Amino acid sequence: MSTNVQQFPSQFPIPVDPRFSSRPQGSAGRAISVIRPGATGTAKVSLRDICLSYRTQSGERLLALDHINLQVQPGEFLCVVGPSGCGKSTLLHLIAGLHQQTSGQILLDGNTVHGPGTDRILIFQEHGLFPWLTVRENVEFGMKMKGIAKAEREEKTRYYLRLVHLAKFENSYIHQLSGGMRQRVAIARALATEPDVLLMDEPFAALDAQTRDLLHDELERIWSDTGRTIIFVTHNVREAIRLGDRVVLLTFRPGRVKSEFPVDLPRPRHLEDPAVAGAARAILDELREEINRSLEAEYNEGIKPHVETPMEQAGRGVKQI
Amino acid sequence: MKRAARFVIFYAALFGLWAVLAKLKIWPPYLFPTPWGVAESLYAGFQDHTYWIAIRVSMQRVLIGYGISVVLGMILGLGVASNKFLEDTMGGLLVSLQSLPSICWWPLALLWFGLNQNAILFVVIMGSLLSVTLAMEDGRKQMPKIFGQAGRNLGAKGFKLFWYVLLPASLPFIVSGLKQGWAFAWRSLITAEMLYLSLGLGQVLMMGRDLNDMSAVIAVMILIIAIGYVVDGIVFKGMERHLQYKWGLAPGN
Repeated sequence: MSTNVQQFPSQFPIPVDPRFSSRPQGSAGRAISVIRPGATGTAKVSLRDICLSYRTQSGERLLALDHINLQVQPGEFLCVVGPSGCGKSTLLHLIAGLHQQTSGQILLDGNTVHGPGTDRILIFQEHGLFPWLTVRENVEFGMKMKGIAKAEREEKTRYYLRLVHLAKFENSYIHQLSGGMRQRVAIARALATEPDVLLMDEPFAALDAQTRDLLHDELERIWSDTGRTIIFVTHNVREAIRLGDRVVLLTFRPGRVKSEFPVDLPRPRHLEDPAVAGAARAILDELREEINRSLEAEYNEGIKPHVETPMEQAGRGVKQI
Repeated sequence: MKRAARFVIFYAALFGLWAVLAKLKIWPPYLFPTPWGVAESLYAGFQDHTYWIAIRVSMQRVLIGYGISVVLGMILGLGVASNKFLEDTMGGLLVSLQSLPSICWWPLALLWFGLNQNAILFVVIMGSLLSVTLAMEDGRKQMPKIFGQAGRNLGAKGFKLFWYVLLPASLPFIVSGLKQGWAFAWRSLITAEMLYLSLGLGQVLMMGRDLNDMSAVIAVMILIIAIGYVVDGIVFKGMERHLQYKWGLAPGN
């Protein structure tokens, strides 16, 4: 299907792209810095004291997110990692406006976010593509909702399908594609609405290792070509180091920002690079504490380490078709 | 090929048995009409346009009634599925009403609408509305929520969200309910037409009874079955196949 993936120039150091020069350049190695609200006015996405609690099916109230403060710079690739049940997916749903936080504020370019908007597009783990539409119609969907004229829609759709190397499959239905191709359609559909921020919820978790490697390369290329801001949620620390400018670690329930790790490794990186493994190691040590806490919770309270949030339950429903 | 052969053999045997029984004259022909008598009735009925008119009138009624049922049923079903209060109150009522044959509404329909076509339409709607409503409610619940989220995420809201996302997303789950609604609408229509002189297939059937012409009665019965079968086999089977193809579900046969 796609053996013609564009290769990155592999010289070191990577040429400095002026678009990203405003990105914060942290010092090498590990650093912990929790950014306080109102620290900068230029953030693309800014989360201020986000709290979310909800009622589980057994009726108890659960605090899922506890005073999350985060600033994401324009053009930044931010990765969020944490153990299962830390609320990292939920956080993306909140930014997407699909759910309402209990308290706190989400700002996009300094403006408070109310409900969903095409300036922030979420890519689901289970792709969320529409099976009743062809690949082309899926990619066109967001533009159609915006009321963009047909000719422009078609042109853009062609462009974005070429960008993800799926031009030949524009008339296929979703079930005719492989898992990796579906995620690429989902990426094209998200990009076609020209959002400022891409929210990616473990988009590659269900894919095999080779496909995931390919998609890492493609996503990095698309990111550097389009200059989008990306918030990428994953439970895979190496994937986070592979892709992110910065990695944020959330604690086990309730989700809090435990620490932040700027990633200063030169791009392109590879999952198997010793430097990536080394950086992952530092995060994994901290993550392990959280995983232990989740296991302890399981033993002591008899609850499973992973209680599904309503959003996760909804996402899981896809498999039932 | 095999399937066609089985089909031909089965119906040939059925008609053969019928012909033999009729030929034996165990019962008088006015009680047990012959196949050729029924064929003659069919031919005569189409020849003098009685059946064409009856089919046109009946189809018109069922399409209007069923169409109203589908629109109303989708709105109602969607409301019940998305509102906890409606679900707790209306939900149970709808299920219990489904056990009521729609023709029970006939006396009231006559009083409310008078002896005219509207009374028939009312019975047709009461016959099919519940199936569509319950199917839509169920479909909305079964439909994976991710589609609604993805749709809202991509900027769809209000009617656009319903029309471009929620409706197509729930179609595979409501198509059997729509089919059932059609069958109920068709049955209710014929029943109502039999009770009231109003053109239509039901009345033509009753006319056969009044004339003691059992060949005509059976001829109309065959028409009613054939139309029901054709709509089911062409419209709904086609819709199901189309959905199965698009969604990549197991093929129908």
